[in-house]
Amino acid sequence: MNETTPTLLVNDLRFSYPDGHQALNGVDVVIRRGEKVALVGPNGAGKSTLILHLNGILNGGEQVQIAGMPTTRKNLPQIRAKVGLVFQNPDDQLFSPTVFEDVAFGPLHMGLPEDEVRRRVGYALAQVGMGDFAGRLSHHLSIGQKKRIAIATVLSMDPEILVLDEPSAGLDPRARRALINLLDELPLTMLVSTHDMLMVRELFPRMIIMDEGRVVADGKTAVLLEDTTLLESHGLEKP
Amino acid sequence: MNVMLLPAAAQLMHIPDGFLSLAISLICWGITAVFLALAIRNAQEAFDERLIPLAGIMAAFIFAGQMINFPVAGGTSGHLIGATLAFIVLGPSLGLLAMAAVIILQALLFQDGGLVVMGANLIGMGIVPGYAGYAIYQFWQKRGGRMQLAAAGVGAWVAIMMAALVVALLLSFSGTTSLAIAVPAMLGVHALIGIGEALITVAALAFIRQTRPQLLSREGEAQASNGWIAGGIAVAILVALFSPLASASPDGLESVAQQAGFLGAAQDAPFQLLPDYTIPVLGDGGASTIAAGIIGVLVVAGLMYTLTRNLRKPSE
Amino acid sequence: MHVNTFDRYESRQSAIHQLDPRVKVVVTVLFIVANALLPDGAWLAFLAAWALLLFVSGAAQIGLGWLLKRSLIVGPFLLAAVTVVFTLPGNGLAQWQLGPWTLVPTDAGLLRFVSIFIRSWLSVQMAILLTATTQFPDLIHALHHLRVPNVLVSIISFMYRYLFELANEAGRLLRARESRSAAGVNGRSSSGGSLFWRAKIAGHMVGQLLLRSFERSDRVYNAMVARGYNGRLLTMNPHHMKSSDWQLGGVGVVAILLIQLVARL
Repeated sequence: MNETTPTLLVNDLRFSYPDGHQALNGVDVVIRRGEKVALVGPNGAGKSTLILHLNGILNGGEQVQIAGMPTTRKNLPQIRAKVGLVFQNPDDQLFSPTVFEDVAFGPLHMGLPEDEVRRRVGYALAQVGMGDFAGRLSHHLSIGQKKRIAIATVLSMDPEILVLDEPSAGLDPRARRALINLLDELPLTMLVSTHDMLMVRELFPRMIIMDEGRVVADGKTAVLLEDTTLLESHGLEKP
Repeated sequence: MNVMLLPAAAQLMHIPDGFLSLAISLICWGITAVFLALAIRNAQEAFDERLIPLAGIMAAFIFAGQMINFPVAGGTSGHLIGATLAFIVLGPSLGLLAMAAVIILQALLFQDGGLVVMGANLIGMGIVPGYAGYAIYQFWQKRGGRMQLAAAGVGAWVAIMMAALVVALLLSFSGTTSLAIAVPAMLGVHALIGIGEALITVAALAFIRQTRPQLLSREGEAQASNGWIAGGIAVAILVALFSPLASASPDGLESVAQQAGFLGAAQDAPFQLLPDYTIPVLGDGGASTIAAGIIGVLVVAGLMYTLTRNLRKPSE
Repeated sequence: MHVNTFDRYESRQSAIHQLDPRVKVVVTVLFIVANALLPDGAWLAFLAAWALLLFVSGAAQIGLGWLLKRSLIVGPFLLAAVTVVFTLPGNGLAQWQLGPWTLVPTDAGLLRFVSIFIRSWLSVQMAILLTATTQFPDLIHALHHLRVPNVLVSIISFMYRYLFELANEAGRLLRARESRSAAGVNGRSSSGGSLFWRAKIAGHMVGQLLLRSFERSDRVYNAMVARGYNGRLLTMNPHHMKSSDWQLGGVGVVAILLIQLVARL
């Protein structure tokens, strides 16, 4: 891969659900290495559908490329290691009885040897500041802790890009602050879907606005957040 | 005692260790192992890689669903046990795996049911009620509409009675209790519990039919399940045959009068709730206990049929 | 509902807690099997089995009172077994008049009943000690190691993970129902409506919970696939049998055999 290959390339992606609902009407997104990008828009805009395409849970085929690799069926095992997808509800993301088993799940299913798995679990937990939590039971954690562990479950796969769905939803102010600091510190390419416009302004230099299955704006956060007409026409508010 | 008995009766399904002979326990484990192996194979074919999260979460659902109760009368409450509902909604193989997980976890985590007798509990609370309820449902549901719900209600009630019968038989075979007492006592108590189970199963299915009908009409599985109907009916017949056969077992039939007396004292409270189902019928001997059981089953089955029909009316 | 509602683990720093979970499972099952093999009225052997139990609970620092309270769970079943006191043929010990009926407890019946009670009570306490000294995920690992079919163990593991979440959801539904059902005018009924209406509400809650569980299983499946799951669930079992595990396990097995010997002398 050379320097100009984007980490994420989505080219004219279209998708409709079996019930006929057209969720994506030709979406184009390019994200380069090291960028931290916010994805905003009203509910039903197609953000979650787009995210499900990024590592092939919904099949985008050649229309979606991760670091130059199309998300075809043959490539899916590598794609899933490259795209760290964290779902909105950490109780869906953390499906193992203990924290260790959850963080180990990704590397283990990548076929890594057990020593390497252990090393990566330690590293990922340390990165989210939860180094002592390996032996804890998942259902004993607070929601803020669960969100951090959920991020660790994909960090342990050493992804090219981190994709988060609503990371700050449901957090109390202190847990939200801790999460924002964590995202700020992580040296990774990121695409974050959110309604939290304050976080967008603070954390993401670039933002993409989606509505009705299309990208309706893509540019500097500082500029787009000043365009009140644009924001209001897509059900958003200036923070 | 009378206040205790009905909540305790739900417990009466989970046999603890020590109440069954080792031979019975091991035979039950053998039968269970065969059913579980078949269920795992069939479920893996049908659900592929979705099987584990689906079955695990559905098992947790049944456990949580058992917490939902509703007041019946006199401080007693009805609640879900779940085998029939699980088999109808999930299909027999996934349904059995979910029930098995519930029973195993209840034993391992809460000691609700023993470890060595777990095979017997899997038969009594999973295999027999599941297939019995499912077979009755499949047999009648094809006519659709209200018949479908009525079939589920009757199936759920019979399933509970079958489960109670199996537990009673296993206990008496092990010499832990006398058949002449255990069968009518278990059936009597569970005739009431079964009504709660039937009502809640029907209402849950009615809700699912309104909000997500496709869950109940998966074509591929319905076809594959024809074999299971036969299996279920076979289990039902087997259990029904067992009960008169077992009445020949010689454990203390000479003191039946005293037993009935003891029973009358102990079981007074629940029987008052169903005044037609009276104790004196049981007085004379082994054969009449079976007869009483069967009469009771028929009476309540008829009742259930009428009830389930009425239940549907308001929501249409 | 507190997150610990469904946990039966008692955290201590004891040799029993640190013992490999496989050893604990095997010894517990052997103990229960051996109990089932003890004949009626083998008092000395019952006493020896109880001594073993006391030793284990002492070593695990689990209080006897706590153990006793938890073991009451066998209570309801004693009701089913108590009938043998009157039905097993033997010498009558007394005659009790109960209304129109005469009850005659027999010596053989009493012997059987007390023996059933003791066997069951000993067995359930050992099972309680197993869960009190072993975190449930370790118990799941032990089942993996002991060759319980993988699919079944994995299902149990998922069930354990979502037990609390779904029970909590059921609790929320129940609370919502309670907060909306006011007492009747006469103050008698807090449940309202006919029996069918009440059953219907409860059934709808069950149906609701079922649909939510279905949807959750979809989302969980997606989260698994997103991390590379392709139908083969891999686990790491962080347990290795140490020599102390073998030794303690061996001691347990020998003790159980000795108890059988005592019963047959």
